[in-house]
Amino acid sequence: MRMILTGNESAAWGAKLSRPKVIAAYPITPQTSIIETIADFIANGEMDARYIRVESEHSAMAACIAAQNTGVRTYTATSAHGLALMHEVLIWASGARLPIVMSVVNRAMAPPWSVWTDQLDTMAERDSGWIQVYTQNNQEVLDSIIMSYKIAEKHNILMPTMVIEDAFILSHTSEGVEIPDQKDVDDFLGEYNPAFKLDPDEPAGFGSLIMPEGPYMEFRYKMALAMEEARNEIKKVVEEYNEKFNRSYSPFIEEYRTEDADAIMVVLGTIGSTAKDVVDRMREKGKKVGVARVRYFRPFPADEMRALAKKTNMIGVVDRSYSFGPGADLYAETKSVLYGYANIPVKNYVMGLGGRDITPQILEKVFNDMLSIAKEGVVDREVEWVGLQGDKRWS
Amino acid sequence: MKKLTIPEEEYMLPGHTACLGCGATIAMRYVLKALGKNTILSIPACCWAVIPGVYPHRNLEVPLLYTAFEVTGAAISGIREALDALGKEDVNVVGFAGDGGTADIGLQALSAAAERGHNVFYIMYDNEAYMNTGIQRSGSTPMGAWTTTTPGGKKRMYKWEPKKSVAEIMVAHHIPYVATATIAYPEDMISKLKRAKEIKGPKFFQILSPCPTGWRHSPDKTVEVSRLAVQTNIFPLYEVINGKYKISIKPKNPKPVKEYLRLQGRFRHLTEEEIAMIQKNVDENWKALLKKERCSQEEE
Ligand SMILES: Cc1ncc(C[n+]2csc(CCOP(=O)(O)OP(=O)(O)O)c2C)c(N)n1
Ligand code: SF4
Ligand SMILES: [Mg+2]
Repeated sequence: MRMILTGNESAAWGAKLSRPKVIAAYPITPQTSIIETIADFIANGEMDARYIRVESEHSAMAACIAAQNTGVRTYTATSAHGLALMHEVLIWASGARLPIVMSVVNRAMAPPWSVWTDQLDTMAERDSGWIQVYTQNNQEVLDSIIMSYKIAEKHNILMPTMVIEDAFILSHTSEGVEIPDQKDVDDFLGEYNPAFKLDPDEPAGFGSLIMPEGPYMEFRYKMALAMEEARNEIKKVVEEYNEKFNRSYSPFIEEYRTEDADAIMVVLGTIGSTAKDVVDRMREKGKKVGVARVRYFRPFPADEMRALAKKTNMIGVVDRSYSFGPGADLYAETKSVLYGYANIPVKNYVMGLGGRDITPQILEKVFNDMLSIAKEGVVDREVEWVGLQGDKRWS
Repeated sequence: MKKLTIPEEEYMLPGHTACLGCGATIAMRYVLKALGKNTILSIPACCWAVIPGVYPHRNLEVPLLYTAFEVTGAAISGIREALDALGKEDVNVVGFAGDGGTADIGLQALSAAAERGHNVFYIMYDNEAYMNTGIQRSGSTPMGAWTTTTPGGKKRMYKWEPKKSVAEIMVAHHIPYVATATIAYPEDMISKLKRAKEIKGPKFFQILSPCPTGWRHSPDKTVEVSRLAVQTNIFPLYEVINGKYKISIKPKNPKPVKEYLRLQGRFRHLTEEEIAMIQKNVDENWKALLKKERCSQEEE
């Protein structure tokens, strides 16, 4: 079945097809239409789930944690301030090894208030122990939710997952979306089979106090191993999904015209589609550029990034957030995995914060800057903010 | 001829971004008229975080601190203590928050601020749902209402839990002043605010503020809907000073609640039985309020 759906409706469909039994959610722009669509599904009897209309995001995640620990599949969705308010319990969810799947619509953080797209919210949760997958179109939003349940619920993984979409550019924009048959999704996912649960017949305590010599450190180590192991499962599940549902997702990094590229732009989310369009136009002019759209930020695709660097003379990393570290997050991680593996210039372009438009014109200028760095072999400045008010260079 | 008691000074200028007929906007106008220039406002995420205008515009003539959604009780505590530390004890500190920011996500911070006894105003403008995000249910949404998270469908749903009584929760904090008000009775509202201004300690107001967009009534009916809320007893006006209840308006012949409900599209789906159930609930609450008034006055 094909339908015209917004990114948020696609998320609601992805959740519905995955049959979570408990949903706990709290409204926030631009996530709201996900949980409104789900409310409609439930009111019309199209979805059989308990819907807890909690009083905050902190409680949304806390309720999902407890429900999942009781042995059911759960779903929630949030954005920006909602995600930040969840922070404590996000770390709880991963520490408790509960394979919760959550949609996050990337939005800027206040002050000043801004509801537009910006990736600070999810980047600030990169250390929460959640798998993070960034999407580029509405189809990918829907498909990624289904795939995420399968990956997260494997008993050798058991890590919660954020399926991330850009505010408005995806969340409120309609596209044609192929809806898989419920039966096929049921076959693909299977019944939820919890690795452990609250059960009077098998009484166990979850999350008790532990001494420094107790296995706290070992628990964290096992999480680290699971995140590593997730690489294998992601690869397997994406391949299986591609096969079964006739899709063509690359598991970790979607490369576009990267063979023989003098310079490659590394991006997340919808910037990828704009960048691909710009690449086509520049290739027509004989400029050899390519794009690498990172899908999984956690686990970070280290091997794939190193392989990418072997193909080119320069990497420009675009970040739609800033981390006050050595550049922004995607840049810092890219550079760190390349250290010792590739001796090519890497530059960080910070842009589009608070939803400022990232136009093809700006990206073309960035590509040209990247090409000249590729030629010179040296980076003029490691981190550049692109498109600040009054900066004529990029407008 | 009776003299108007509404102050002429304006601290809310025209040019706001609220919807036509917005009750919450009228509420702010009266609050500022009553409290005057020497006031600092704290506003969390809610419609009123947008109503003053988009940067660089602002339609309020008093200082305003925008805050995160759940923090109003803590924010006004901080402003109050800082002002007192600076020796500015005469400045009114006012938290102005929606029903969601008060009854739900902000209840913890409000409760703690009240219990600590800061000298602040907390004003809950009650439009009975999360309006800024597009009409989702809150704990203050009335029984029977349609919202986008309690939509009707083939399996029927709507919001059936009773409206949380935040004013009563605040009475249970034993603070010196709690009142309800609504925009159709500005003189009542302003006299309450002025009375409260003379009292040191936490002062809580719940102001029913009809929202044509979310309640689905015509924008020219805002005042009428507000008045009917009082005349049908679904939203009684009263104040509780040091634990003593005083009902401000006792309708001689209360109108059937149906007259209030039928003006609003959010109640359109209600059956006669459901309306009767809501009426019963209104009657019971009203009787309980009369009893509270009697009992608390008798104690003297
Ligand atoms: C932590 C957090 N969660 C959610 C939101 C999104 N949000 C902004 S305003 C709002 C609803 C406000 O409702 P209410 O307090 O009743 O005020 P109203 O908009 O109705 O005036 C919500 C859910 C937010 N800003 N921060
Ligand atoms: S949605 Fe309602 S409360 Fe918000 S500005 Fe419009 S009328 Fe006022
Ligand atoms: Mg409200």
